[in-house]
Amino acid sequence: MTGSPQPDFRTRLQDWLPKLVLAPSFAVTIFFVYGFILFTVILSFTGSKMLPLWKFVGLSNYSKLWALENWNTAIVNIGIFAGLYITICMGVGLMLAIFLDQKIRGEGMLRPIYLYPMALSFIVTGTAWKWFLDPGIGLEHILQSWGWTSFHFTWIKDGDFAIYCIVIAAVWQTSGFVMSMFLAGLRGIDNEILKAAQIDGASTPQLYRRIVIPLLRPAFMSAFVILAHLSVKSYDLVIALTGGGPGRDTELPATFMYSYTFTRNQMGVGASSAVIMLMTVAAIMVPYIYAELKEKA
Amino acid sequence: MSAVAQESAAGTGRAARAGIQLVLVLFALFYLLPLYVMGVNSFKPLSEITGGNMMALPQVWTLEAWGAAWSTAQIGVEPTGLRPYFLNSILMVVPAVAISTILGALNGYVLTKWRFRGDKWVFGLMLFSCFIPFQIVLIPMAVTLGKLGLAGSVPGLVLVHVVYGLGFTTLYFRNYYAAFPTELVRAAQIDGAGFFRIFWRILLPVSGPIAVVSVIWQFTNIWNDFLFGASFGGTSQPMTVALNNLVQSSTGVKEYNVHFAGAILAALPTLVVYIVAGRYFVRGLMAGSVKG
Repeated sequence: MTGSPQPDFRTRLQDWLPKLVLAPSFAVTIFFVYGFILFTVILSFTGSKMLPLWKFVGLSNYSKLWALENWNTAIVNIGIFAGLYITICMGVGLMLAIFLDQKIRGEGMLRPIYLYPMALSFIVTGTAWKWFLDPGIGLEHILQSWGWTSFHFTWIKDGDFAIYCIVIAAVWQTSGFVMSMFLAGLRGIDNEILKAAQIDGASTPQLYRRIVIPLLRPAFMSAFVILAHLSVKSYDLVIALTGGGPGRDTELPATFMYSYTFTRNQMGVGASSAVIMLMTVAAIMVPYIYAELKEKA
Repeated sequence: MSAVAQESAAGTGRAARAGIQLVLVLFALFYLLPLYVMGVNSFKPLSEITGGNMMALPQVWTLEAWGAAWSTAQIGVEPTGLRPYFLNSILMVVPAVAISTILGALNGYVLTKWRFRGDKWVFGLMLFSCFIPFQIVLIPMAVTLGKLGLAGSVPGLVLVHVVYGLGFTTLYFRNYYAAFPTELVRAAQIDGAGFFRIFWRILLPVSGPIAVVSVIWQFTNIWNDFLFGASFGGTSQPMTVALNNLVQSSTGVKEYNVHFAGAILAALPTLVVYIVAGRYFVRGLMAGSVKG
């Protein structure tokens, strides 16, 4: 930093130092994020199989992709999964937050119980739910051995219902975290507004519907962004819970991309599916990031 | 206590309150159920699970499953137990968390207190990198790690996790430092303090709360990561990948008790972190970083 007798050099160095400190991180981001995105986009226009090959085939990977039954299953599944996961997490999270905000006994004990699943890996969550939902030893077996012999719960083995098992496990993992976001929002609301509404004769449900919930808009936004981003990324939970099965009935874009790229040797098709995933996420995230940056101008 | 709580406490009937309390307790049971199932069954001999009921307490308490999960269970082809993979995870997590947090703090400092033309673009590009689906970088990353000679090694995984964690740590520290009065930094500058001296003496001492957020976030994300571990772990696979191999192995009898013990072992470090520091995490996260 020092060493040079010239004061001029030192001041110049001080001017440059901040940028020098930031430069490695920025360079790494440009290379490993944006360079890699470009690489994958280009790859999606090539006929790569097991290894990257620079033979261009136009849009044929994309047309191949949309003609594949597995990909269409994955698209339907991500729609079902993301829709239910986001809605239920927000519903449960909001309800628990409002209930917990009623001066409830044992709040200090309940909150960590709601939150702890967020600390676990999806692989752990998947392992726990896989065996709990397994008809042979889990819920079905338990209730039958307690005397409810006609009880059946075989969703995880049923191609039409297995995706809902993934929703159950994912909601279990994240809804407590969403609750704590809403609770923080509730605790941040200005008391004066609520008192004024109460004086005007608003009932408790009205108070929540008309005033409190609209005021929670920022918390809804954050929760939506986090949940949407988690649901597009969800790969491990499917792997641990169903392995994509039965058959390929719980295929999601994330598992599709992995299997086509690394086990089925259709790297071009895999790359094109990754590009579609990125575009979906970007459509949600770019406006959010833009707003975030503008707000703090 | 918010006013909502106080006002509605007065306005809500006794029955409604009892109902609310009941719903809250039922949800607590729902959240505890899988942990209970894993815990209870990890202490049973296998015959008690297959022949009995998962909800029942063990008739014979045994640590056999835990011993097997830790040191003798078949992971892939080797009967090593989860121990070597636990070590891999530790060797991966500690440097990755430390490096990404330190860089994030420095980046946040530069982006808020040494602003320059285009700094918002720099930050915007780093911020977007937090949210990319990692599938988009898997193929080029595999190629690059191969070229660097880091494929299938712990240093390779450290690199991957630092690179894709930087966006978040920078975001946390930037938003936190943005609220710190810039006048103090300018005053120190006039007194002749340099770039690192200001960071070390003025910013760092107040960074505790956000450092906790950054460390917990990075620790849980990296410890729990599966995609990168499975793709680039090679012979240095982390705990999550090993657990999945243990549970999914198709040969032999399914040893549920060993699976559950293994799952708890994989969950233990992050659980401890949440129990010890979870409160500070949520508080810090809400205060600074995730705003709508």
